[in-house]
Amino acid sequence: MTDQVYKTDALIAQDIDAYLDLHQNKTLLRFITCGSVDDGKSTLIGRLLYDSKMIFEDQLTQLESDSKRMGTQGQDIDFALLVDGLAAEREQGITIDVAYRFFATEKRKFIVADTPGHEQYTRNMVTGASTAELAVILIDARKGVLTQTRRHSYLVRLLGIKNIVLAVNKMDLVGYDQATYDQIVADYTEFAASIGITDFNAIPISGFKGDNITAPSDNTPWYDGVSLMAHLETVELDQSADQAADFRMPVQWVNRPNLDFRGFSGKIVSGQVAAGDDVRILPSGKTTQVDRIVTMDGDLQRAVAGQSVTLTLRDEVDCSRGQIVTAANSPLEVADQFEATVIWMDDAAMIPGRAYYLKIGAQTVSATVAQPKYQVNVNTLEHTAVKTLALNAIGVATVTTDRAIPFAAYADNRELGGFILIDKMTNATVGAGLIHFALRRAQNIHWQDTDITRDHHANLKNQTPAVVWMTGLSGSGKSTIANAVERKLARMNRHTFLLDGDNVRHGLNKDLGFTDADRIENIRRVGEVAKLMTDAGLIVITAFISPFRSERDMVRNMVADGEFIEVFIDTPLSVAEQRDVKGLYAKARSGQLKNFTGIDSPYEPPQGPEIHIDTTTLSVEAAADLIAARIIDRD
Amino acid sequence: MTHVQLTHLARLESEAIHIMREVVAEAENPVMLYSVGKDSSVMLHLAKKAFYPSPPPFPLLHVDTTWKFQDMYKLRDKAARDAGMELLIHHNPDAVAQGINPFDHGALHTDMWKTDGLKQALDKWGFDAAFGGARRDEEKSRAKERVFSFRTAQHRWDPKAQRPELWSLYNARKAKGESMRVFPISNWTELDIWQYIHLEGIEIVPLYFSAPRPTVERDGLILMVDDDRFPLAPGEEPVMRSIRFRTLGCYPLTGAVESQAKTLPEVIQEMLLTTTSERQGRAIDHDAGASMEIKKQQGYF
Repeated sequence: MTDQVYKTDALIAQDIDAYLDLHQNKTLLRFITCGSVDDGKSTLIGRLLYDSKMIFEDQLTQLESDSKRMGTQGQDIDFALLVDGLAAEREQGITIDVAYRFFATEKRKFIVADTPGHEQYTRNMVTGASTAELAVILIDARKGVLTQTRRHSYLVRLLGIKNIVLAVNKMDLVGYDQATYDQIVADYTEFAASIGITDFNAIPISGFKGDNITAPSDNTPWYDGVSLMAHLETVELDQSADQAADFRMPVQWVNRPNLDFRGFSGKIVSGQVAAGDDVRILPSGKTTQVDRIVTMDGDLQRAVAGQSVTLTLRDEVDCSRGQIVTAANSPLEVADQFEATVIWMDDAAMIPGRAYYLKIGAQTVSATVAQPKYQVNVNTLEHTAVKTLALNAIGVATVTTDRAIPFAAYADNRELGGFILIDKMTNATVGAGLIHFALRRAQNIHWQDTDITRDHHANLKNQTPAVVWMTGLSGSGKSTIANAVERKLARMNRHTFLLDGDNVRHGLNKDLGFTDADRIENIRRVGEVAKLMTDAGLIVITAFISPFRSERDMVRNMVADGEFIEVFIDTPLSVAEQRDVKGLYAKARSGQLKNFTGIDSPYEPPQGPEIHIDTTTLSVEAAADLIAARIIDRD
Repeated sequence: MTHVQLTHLARLESEAIHIMREVVAEAENPVMLYSVGKDSSVMLHLAKKAFYPSPPPFPLLHVDTTWKFQDMYKLRDKAARDAGMELLIHHNPDAVAQGINPFDHGALHTDMWKTDGLKQALDKWGFDAAFGGARRDEEKSRAKERVFSFRTAQHRWDPKAQRPELWSLYNARKAKGESMRVFPISNWTELDIWQYIHLEGIEIVPLYFSAPRPTVERDGLILMVDDDRFPLAPGEEPVMRSIRFRTLGCYPLTGAVESQAKTLPEVIQEMLLTTTSERQGRAIDHDAGASMEIKKQQGYF
């Protein structure tokens, strides 16, 4: 054990109060270690834990015997055994992803994000790096800068980690040779500059022997820098820079214990705030002053980035969860379209155009990601053209939200520029994103008010507008029934318009094919057209296969409440295939037609349609009567 | 502009408060699991801070086994009252009916009273989010559990389908019937907990401090005779020993340590200077409390 531990022990024994005072004034550093098992990552982490902790004697004995039995270091202690729970984890069926380890020294508490294994490396490392302020990039001194070094460095840079330590490990195995070390540092410096890393600290170490881990090593007299631990203990924390930036606090929760108190609770993500400061609420833009900073330990005069507080404001301004309180003179940008880096984290590939939930700060909105501009190969850093992003892919794409949101570029603030994407059906976190900049500023697009409103249009026609959305397999009878419904409505003097899938593909959507992405864009455009027609007062009838639930829901959310009538034309696949009016099923079965719904592309039936038509029991006329009656009943 | 140095405890506190507020904003019916131990006491204190001046906007739930120490029941009722929170207590009716107890039923005691009892209670009140005081330093496999951990409608955990957690963005969306367990003090270590109790003056069960208490020895464990349900051998007399507890659970299952540490600094001092882990605690495998303590020690690394 190191001298430091002995000193600590003495202080604990002699003056526990002094020890406690010392230890409650420690700071916190979160960091990530990047490297594979071969680089000695587990050994290094085990060594850091061991050198900074007191270790129970019987556990040390256990570690020694385990090292002899199954360690890889001969008669010496195998520190990797302290952290390697991998075999056990595999047995338990737990996915090997991100593990967090804890240790503390006199000066700091450390949280280490450890991302073992090669599988899912990008997803795991991105997750671990998202909360880290420092990265230790491990290099095996015998191997030098490898492809994986480039990958790790790129991801660290992408996630905005400013403090990088290049730990050239296994120096004992190259005879502590300075020339080897210098060459590796020179190679890395050249590569790092090419990806925008201008500053890093290189340290020659041996995790196994302990060189330059907690104290400068006699084996490397040519190295005049500090030990790894000393660097970790003294490196400047991001909180200094965060506190110096402009004030921003996303509102998490409105605290309303009674009518006399209305507080806005949240964690300050940058800057400082004091009672009396002028603040602006975004996106509304309303300004007021901070009245009090309320905590259970009494009001604060000042609060800083990193603290969770409750603010009261001087004026009764409208402010709720998801809005952001900012310094009045330096508000955030507000926009609804961005260029962003998207990291895909789900087994199912991203579907361009599909609506996902996007969570940023304390706000959740609906968002779509366009077809990527390019994908980045994390090994070669080359850009390649792609249609979508698969698991662990990183690409740059346009992200569009359904409403304008306040944001910062990720490079300026992680908490205001980083977002996650959530699948609306499975609720899984499927992607993460880093905002680069706004592509369309909300303040530049004004909604043009017109004198004749949608109500005027509808009243003139003496009807309630609707989108009657028929969905079902090809050959289920959608177009036939839609046509019959329109005829009946016309006879009743209703103003209607029929949008048919095949017909639209001859014009508006003739540039679209039948991939999942194109199908979604097809439905989005039809939804927008249908919405304009309801604004004009029409009853719109549509006949589209529209196989995906999320896109039908997207259209439902586009139109006014109660105006979307989903009609499930329910015909079993066997029946539709037997009818095969257009001969398409035969083609699909023989492989001439790809991506055919029901054959090699899925159909997701509606879960709660407004109208359910079973075509095996209802005739076309009976079905049309039923649907028309439901439409008329709404007037 | 002045720079304020936030300590590690200040940052852990802020993180826990942030997590609790996210749950209250996004869950429909949250609850805080309260076991009256030191971790629970810290979690409750953080909840009071998170929502001040409102009382925490959720109830406390104690899944009781009827075999806890009397001092724990006293603090439980007082703590809930002081916090202005509703206290819900659940006893597994099957365990009541069958008279399940730690002397006769071994592992079944924990399974029925605690594991089954918790599921029953969550279903009974329809809670969709339950705060728990688990920490990542407790054992190796806990090191990778998420802060927001999802459960199916049948309360099953699928470790293969854990959601990635980036920045401080927690995905709390779930389908109807599903629920989540949320661990606001995931990133705290045992030493952090003790330091925070010391710094904030948080009230904990007096059993954590040494005092003369009536004890007997069983299988190498020092057990406290907390009430007259403890079966003594014919002629056996409890012996007064100066003891304290490092972890609290059902009194017939929780081994004490002999100690003179009567104050919090002394307890922390003793914990830090212990060079052998508590061998007594390993004597019985079905002792959930003691094996948890061992896990905490092993997970220390």
